[in-house]
Amino acid sequence: MEIQPKMPKSWNPASKPHKFCPGCGHGIVLKALGQVIDELGIQDRVVFGCDIGCSLLSWDFFNVDTVQTHHGRTTPVMVGIKRANPELIVIAYMGDGGGYAIGSQHLVNAATRDDKVSLILVNNTNYAMTGGQMAPTTMPGQKTETTPYGRDVTQAGYPMMGPEMVSAITQDNAYVARGSVAKFRQLKGYIKKALENQMAGRGFSFVEALSTCPTNWRTNAEKTWAFLEDKMTKQYPPGEFKVPAVKEE
Amino acid sequence: MGEKPIEGERKAFMTGNEAVAWAALAAGADIMYGYPITPQNEIMQYWTRLAPKYEKKFLQTEDELSAGFTTIGGVLTGRRAFTATAGPGNVLMQEPLSMAEAMRIPIVVAVQQRGGPSTATVIYSQQEVTLTCFGGNGEGLRVVYSTSSHQELYDYTIKSFNTAWKYRFPTFILGDGYQAKMRESLVLYDPAERGVEMVHPEPFVGKPGVPGEERTASHFRNTYNIEEELLEVLTKDIEEYEQMKPEVIEYSELNTQDPDILVIAHGVVFRSAAMAVDELTGSGEKVGYFRPITLRPFPQEQLRKAAAKAKQLLVVESAHGQLLKIVKENLYGLNVPIRTYLRPGVGITPEEIIDECKALLAGKEA
Ligand SMILES: Cc1ncc(C[n+]2csc(CCOP(=O)(O)OP(=O)(O)O)c2C)c(N)n1
Ligand code: SF4
Ligand SMILES: [Mg+2]
Repeated sequence: MEIQPKMPKSWNPASKPHKFCPGCGHGIVLKALGQVIDELGIQDRVVFGCDIGCSLLSWDFFNVDTVQTHHGRTTPVMVGIKRANPELIVIAYMGDGGGYAIGSQHLVNAATRDDKVSLILVNNTNYAMTGGQMAPTTMPGQKTETTPYGRDVTQAGYPMMGPEMVSAITQDNAYVARGSVAKFRQLKGYIKKALENQMAGRGFSFVEALSTCPTNWRTNAEKTWAFLEDKMTKQYPPGEFKVPAVKEE
Repeated sequence: MGEKPIEGERKAFMTGNEAVAWAALAAGADIMYGYPITPQNEIMQYWTRLAPKYEKKFLQTEDELSAGFTTIGGVLTGRRAFTATAGPGNVLMQEPLSMAEAMRIPIVVAVQQRGGPSTATVIYSQQEVTLTCFGGNGEGLRVVYSTSSHQELYDYTIKSFNTAWKYRFPTFILGDGYQAKMRESLVLYDPAERGVEMVHPEPFVGKPGVPGEERTASHFRNTYNIEEELLEVLTKDIEEYEQMKPEVIEYSELNTQDPDILVIAHGVVFRSAAMAVDELTGSGEKVGYFRPITLRPFPQEQLRKAAAKAKQLLVVESAHGQLLKIVKENLYGLNVPIRTYLRPGVGITPEEIIDECKALLAGKEA
C-alpha cells in the first residue's frame, strides 16, 4: 500500500477522519476517486451517489453533490440524473451486495442500455454493514455469518463474476475493469478511465474494486492483505476487461 | 425550446391516460420514466408519441423500483419528472416513494388503480387507497388527489407538479382503470393562459460553482446515526405537512344541512354518488354527499362538520373499506352511524346507491 501525503481537494475535510473501520478498503477506493476528480477538474459537475452498505458512510465524504440512496438503488438514481441532465458526471458507488444481489437488475439493464454512467463497486466478499453475511462474491469455502461452515457452492451457489458478466453484455464503447486496493495506482487509473469514458459520452463504465473488510473477516493487518492479495485475486483476476478504442479528437 | 403543446383552449375527446400525458406536457414536465402495466400503459404511450415533438424525454426502465428511483434522479436535477403505475407496480414503487418522502423529493406519480390483491384484474378498483396514501415504511407524508373525471385528471396532473414542487412531498394523481381507459370530453389548456403559474423547479444537485469553494456541497441522506436525529428531521417534516394541510385540502359537498343520509365517496364512484343524490333529492329525499378530493391530507374538519349534521353516513367504495378506514379515523369520537356499500374491485352504479339509500331510508321510517 502506498501512503498518499495529502487529502484530495475534492474531499470534505469536515467529515475527516472518515468513519470506516481501520484497515477498511472503502477509504482507499474513495481516495483514488478523490484524486481522479481533482485531476479531471470535475468537482463542480460530479454527482456522487452512495448505496446503503458501508458505502453509506460516504454520504458527506466529498465536497461534491452527493445523494445517499437505498440498498441496491444507486444505479437507477444516477441513471435518472444523467438522463435528465447529461451535463453532470454521475458516479454510483456501491457494495457487492448492493450491485450484484438486490440491485443486479439495475446493473444489467443500465449496462445493456449503455447508460452513460460510471459505477464503482466494492467487492469485500461479504455484507459488511449488516454484520458479515454471505454476499454474491463470498468465495467458495469462505466462512460468513450465514455460511458458518464455509460457502458450500452446491447449496449457496458460486461467486458472481461482475466485470466478466458486464463485459459480456455491453457494447464496445463500454469500459470494464477490476482493480484492487492493493494496487492503488492501477485502481486509480481504472477509475479515471471509467470517468473519462463517461465524460467523452462514449458509454457505460464499470469498475469493481477488490477491497478489505478486516472487521468481518476477523483478520489482523497481515492476514487481511494476504486474503486480498493471495485468495481474492485468484478468484477475481484484476485487469481491464473492456477498453473502448479512443478515436483521435 | 419546442413550441407550446397547447395554445388557447382546446376541446378534446380522449381517454384519461391521454389526458394525463397532455397535462404533463402542459405542465412543462421534462421527462417521464416508467414501466408498462395496465391500465396506465397509454400514459407512456402517448407521452412517447408527443415527447420528441416538444424536446421531452422518456426512459423505459427495467421495473417499477427503477422507474421510481430514476424519477427521483430526474427530480434531483431540477427537472419536472414523473412516472405512472398501477397495482403490483404501485407496490414496488413504494420503496422509491419512501425515499422521496424521507428526503422531501417532489416526485409526481399517476396511479391508475386496478383490481387487487396481487395481479387480480387489469380493469378497475379503488383498492390502492391505503397503499398510495400510507405505503412505505413511513408516515404517509404525501399528497393524494383522487380524481373523478377526465377534466380533473388533466387539472390535477398540472396541479400535482405545483403541489409537489411547492411543498416537496410526493404527490399522486389517483385515478383508476375506468378513468384511464374510457373516452370523455374535456378542455385542454395552457396553465399560464388561465393564470396558473407553474412553480419553478430548483435543482438539488449540479448547481453552478465548485462545492466547498464557491458554494456548499449538497449532501442528501436518508440514514441517521441516532434516534433523536431522525426524530428531529421527522418532527420538522410533520410540522410542515400539518402547516401545508389547509392550503392543499380539497373536497366537495352537497345538501349537508341535516340530511337523512350523507353519502361519502371518492374518485369515479363519487360520480355515481352525485347522480344518486341528485335523483333522490329530486324525489324529495333528504340525501347529501361529501367527497374528499385530497385523500391525503384528508379534509377532516370539513367532514366532521358535515357528518355531525347527518342522521347517518353511507360510505360507498370499490374496495373493502379502505376509504371507510380513513373516514372512521377522521370521525373518531363522533356519534353518527356509519353504513357501508363496499364492492372491492367492481364498479358501482347510481342505481345501486339509490337502492341502498332507499333501503336505509325505509329502515329509518319503519
Ligand atoms: C431493501 C433492503 N434490504 C436489506 C437492507 C439491509 N442491508 C443494509 S446494507 C446491506 C448489505 C451491504 O452489503 P454490501 O452491499 O456488500 O456493502 P458493504 O457493507 O459490504 O460495503 C443490507 C443487506 C436494506 N438496507 N434495504
Ligand atoms: S465493516 Fe468492513 S467494509 Fe464496513 S467499514 Fe468496517 S471494514 Fe469497512
Ligand atoms: Mg460487501
